[in-house]
Amino acid sequence: MDISKKEYEQTAKKHAGSSKMYITVPKAFLIGGLICCIGEGLLNMYQYFGIEFDEASAYTSITLVFLSALLTGLGLYERIAKHGGAGTLVPITGFANAVVSPALEFKTEGYVLGTGAKMFIIAGPVIVYGITAAFIYGIIYYIYGLCA
Amino acid sequence: MDVFMEYFWAFVIGGAICAVGQVLIDLTKLTPARILVSFVVAGTILGALGWYQPIIDFAGAGATVPLTGFGSLLAKGMREAIDKDGLLGIFTGGFTACSAGVTAAMIFGLIVALIFKRTDRTRQE
Amino acid sequence: MAEFIKDGSIRLTNGVSAYSYAAAVGKMEGEGPLGDCFDYVASGAEIGEDTWEKSESKFQQYALEMALNKSGLQKSDLSIIFAGDLLNQCTGSAYGLRDSGVPFIGLYGACSTMAESLMLASLFADMRLGERFAAITSSHFCSAERQFRFPINYGGVRPPTSQWTATAAGCCITAAAEKPPYIKAVTVGKITDMGIKDANNMGAAMAGAAYDSLSRHFENTCSSPDDYDGIFTGDLGQVGTDILCELFDKRGVDISRVHNDCGLMLYDREKQDVHAGGSGCGCSASVLCAHILPSIAGGKLHRVLFAATGALMSTTMSQQGESIPGISHVVEIADTL
Repeated sequence: MDISKKEYEQTAKKHAGSSKMYITVPKAFLIGGLICCIGEGLLNMYQYFGIEFDEASAYTSITLVFLSALLTGLGLYERIAKHGGAGTLVPITGFANAVVSPALEFKTEGYVLGTGAKMFIIAGPVIVYGITAAFIYGIIYYIYGLCA
Repeated sequence: MDVFMEYFWAFVIGGAICAVGQVLIDLTKLTPARILVSFVVAGTILGALGWYQPIIDFAGAGATVPLTGFGSLLAKGMREAIDKDGLLGIFTGGFTACSAGVTAAMIFGLIVALIFKRTDRTRQE
Repeated sequence: MAEFIKDGSIRLTNGVSAYSYAAAVGKMEGEGPLGDCFDYVASGAEIGEDTWEKSESKFQQYALEMALNKSGLQKSDLSIIFAGDLLNQCTGSAYGLRDSGVPFIGLYGACSTMAESLMLASLFADMRLGERFAAITSSHFCSAERQFRFPINYGGVRPPTSQWTATAAGCCITAAAEKPPYIKAVTVGKITDMGIKDANNMGAAMAGAAYDSLSRHFENTCSSPDDYDGIFTGDLGQVGTDILCELFDKRGVDISRVHNDCGLMLYDREKQDVHAGGSGCGCSASVLCAHILPSIAGGKLHRVLFAATGALMSTTMSQQGESIPGISHVVEIADTL
C-alpha cells in the first residue's frame, strides 16, 4: 500500500471529531451539581431527624444508591447519563449504576455466574484501588504513629 | 450559613468536581472505569493529606456525594481504625469505611436484578 | 469459470445473479432514512425472545425466510449457507440456522462479513458448485454492547467517534445468472493495520483497509471511480469516510462524488443518537439487501462496488494495547452481464 503509517496517523487525527466541550462540560456541571443538591437535601433531612453528620452522610449515600439502583432498573439512569456524562458518572449514583447495571444485564447467565460474578465488573477496580490507596496510607499513618 | 448558600455551594462544588471528570473524559479518552478509579484514589490521597475535610465542611454533600468523597471516607476510616485497633486497623479500616455504600449497591443491585427486566435501549429516542 | 486476475481480484465469468434478498431490522433502524425499504421492522430490539442473543438469531432467520419467500424458494433449494455475525464463536448464525438443515459455513470478518459471505456465495455460484447459495449476516446492538462494551443500562459516556451497532440482518441468495443484479468481480481484502489503537474509533481503524482494497480493485479491473455510479463502503461512519475520501483525494482520485457509507445511510445522524454512524455486520448487510440491490434491480444504479469493512480485533487484544487490524472485501455488482 502506498500510504505510510505516519501519513495515515496524521490524516486520522485530523478527522477524529472532538467532543463539543462547550456543551458536555456545562451539562456535567449542571447534572452533577443537581445530584449533589439532592444529596444536600437528604443530608439536611437526616440531620433534622437528629442524626449526626457522619451517620447522616452515610444514610445519604445509601439513599442515593437506592435511587440510582431504582432508576437503573427502570432504564432511566442511562437516559439521564446520555446528557449528564461525568455528571452522572462521578457521583456515588454512578458507582451504584456501575454495580446494578451488570447485575441486571447478566441475569440471563444465571444468578451466580451472571448477576453474582459480573456485578463488580466495572466497579470492582474502584474498590480494589480505593482500598489499596487507603491501605498504603494506613501503613504510613501507622508507622508515623509509632515514631511520633 | 444561609440555607440558600448551603445548597448553592453544594451545587457549585459538586458540579465542579463532575466538570473536572468531563474534561478528563473529553481530553484524555480515559474510559469510565478509569475515571472512577482516578477519582476514588485522588479522594483517598486528598483525604490522607487532610485537604478534603475543609471542602466537606464548606460544601457538605457537594463534596461527599462525588466519588472523591468516597475516597476521603476511606482515608478517614483508615485513620480511625488504626487509632482504635492499631496494626489490625490497616486491614479493617478501608472496608469498614466503605461498607455502607458498597453493601447498599450490592443488595439493591441484587434486588433490581431479581425484580426488573432488562430494558431495550434501542427503543428510546 | 471464475478467473483470477491478480492480487486478490477475481472476475466471475459464468454469470451470477443476486437472485433474492431481504433485510430484517430493529425499530431504530426502521425509523432511519431507509425505514421503508426493509422487509421486516421489529417493534424493538427483541422479537419475542428472552435474551439478546436469541433475538439476533431470530433476525437472521427472518432475513433468510423472507429472502426465500420472495422468490418462492424452500430451504431445501439452498446448496450452502455462508453466514456470520459478531458474537463469540459466531453463535448468532449457528443458533439461528441450526434448524435449517442446509450445509453451513460459518464466517468471521467482523463488520466485513456481508461482503465476505456474498463473495464466497457468488464464487461458488459462478463455479456452479451447487444451485443456490445464501449469504447471511446479522448484528444486534444489545448483544454486541454487552459483549464488547458495557451492560445496556450502564450510563458510560460514548465518545463522538464511536459507532452504533445496528440491530439488523440481511440475506442475499446467489444463483446462476438469470436477472440483474449480477455479481461481476470480487477483490479479497488484505489485513491492513494502520496502527490505530482507539477501540472507540473503528472508522479510522478500517478506512485504510477500504482504501487498499478499493484501489487494488480499480487497478486490477482497469477501472476508475468514474466507471461506477455507487461505491458503498460498510460502516466507516463519518470519521472513516472523511479519512477514505482524503486518502483518495491526495492521490488525485475523486471518489466522494459516488461514495457513500452504509453506516451513514442507515441512520439519521441529526435525529438519532448514533455518534459517528452505524456499524456491525447487520448494518452493511441490511443496506445492501434493502437498498443497494433493489436499486440496481430497479435500474436506479448500474454498476456499484460494495466494500464492507471489518475491524479484526477483540476486547482482549485491545486491552493488551494492540493496534486494530482492518479488512475490506470488495464485491462489484452491475445490472448487465
